[in-house]
Amino acid sequence: MRLKTSLTLAAALVALAAPATAHRGWLLPSATIFSGSADWVTVDAAASNDLFFPDHRPLGTENIKVWAPDGTEGKIENAATGNVRSIFDVQLNKPGTWKIGTAQSGVSGSFKVDGVDYRIGGRRGPAPSAASGQGPRFVNSVDEIPANATDLNLTESASRNEIFVTAGEPTDTVYQPTGKGLEMVPVTHPAELVQGEPARFRFLVDGQPAQALKITVVPGGKRYRDSDGAMEITTGADGVATVDFPEPGMFWLNTSYSDDKPSVARATSRRLSYTTTLEVMAP
Amino acid sequence: MRKTPLLLAGLLAAPAGAASVSITIPQLKVAEYHRPYVAAWLEPSGGGETRTLFVWYDIKKTGSEPGTKWLADLRSWWRKGGRSLKLPADGVSGATRAPGTYQIPIPANIKPGAYILHVEAARETGGRELVSVPLTLPAARGSASGKSELGAITIR
Repeated sequence: MRLKTSLTLAAALVALAAPATAHRGWLLPSATIFSGSADWVTVDAAASNDLFFPDHRPLGTENIKVWAPDGTEGKIENAATGNVRSIFDVQLNKPGTWKIGTAQSGVSGSFKVDGVDYRIGGRRGPAPSAASGQGPRFVNSVDEIPANATDLNLTESASRNEIFVTAGEPTDTVYQPTGKGLEMVPVTHPAELVQGEPARFRFLVDGQPAQALKITVVPGGKRYRDSDGAMEITTGADGVATVDFPEPGMFWLNTSYSDDKPSVARATSRRLSYTTTLEVMAP
Repeated sequence: MRKTPLLLAGLLAAPAGAASVSITIPQLKVAEYHRPYVAAWLEPSGGGETRTLFVWYDIKKTGSEPGTKWLADLRSWWRKGGRSLKLPADGVSGATRAPGTYQIPIPANIKPGAYILHVEAARETGGRELVSVPLTLPAARGSASGKSELGAITIR
């Protein structure tokens, strides 16, 4: 058992240390452009390597939030979690552009108290018995870190995974940046994406244009072609990435950013990520 | 603006009526046929604000859903102008039509200039087609033909 536990822990820590190799988390809306007055969008939520095939793990729905075009909070309905994907519905009962997704943050890493190893965040095994004194101990939050802790090595991580759906005329209220973490503000509205018309998206870190950010764009339908099809785009000084979608369809967009300017006290570094799914129409 | 009618009158010896578009919805031999949704709109050839001439859809639909649910299937029209219209729109919204040829007048109050006329059709359980014809108002002439969901489009 102990061997198994430490292997699980090791795996969890590896995943934390190198999220770039992790499975891709995705939200896949049934459509992004609606013309009815109370249409339903239904969304698949999963993590997998190939887009958009749910074959690994579902994403939880408990942290999914809905931002309605009028600034109010909407709700998800009919949420269910299966073995390899979750689903939920949102009724688009107000005109304009909706944002649906997650904005999560946490702290993970290690520290010592009187020479004893402690960890925070990440996946954990059963608590080590006090007698054996083996394996690290855990705390739940930064607040629980004792004042006399040493060897702090804590990473703040904040990730957004969000999709946009529009009922009727597109609106911009959900694109008002918070000025915190990594955000995307479209120059080309996501309801205006058409094959053959390059689209522009601005990326911000703490509200400032994120220059030289690497953006990955991957088309869905991986099973029906040989290559992964990923495109790499780098943002300019204005934080803008220009994406020329090669075909109509659903595209997964992801980027991440690291620095040593955490917003959480006692953290030593931070890692930010942003993910969205974009629908590109045929001309 | 006041000058336009005078100019028109001067240029056109023929009847006061401006150009009109003739649009053919083809007869299709399919097992399940539904009349297509069709929209036509004028777009200035240099880009700019579009003007919808008509949209034929399930305008009489009753219940909680006012018939607009499938209008997004006219995907180009929806993006170029449909989604910003308040529907039903007077003189623009109409019921779907059976196969046949229809004459649609181009409103006389459209500013003279170079335009592209777009006609888009989308059919339930069927296809979607967009036909575009460049024209110059007011003395418009032009024609094009669809291959699947639309027949001849003639401006005269």
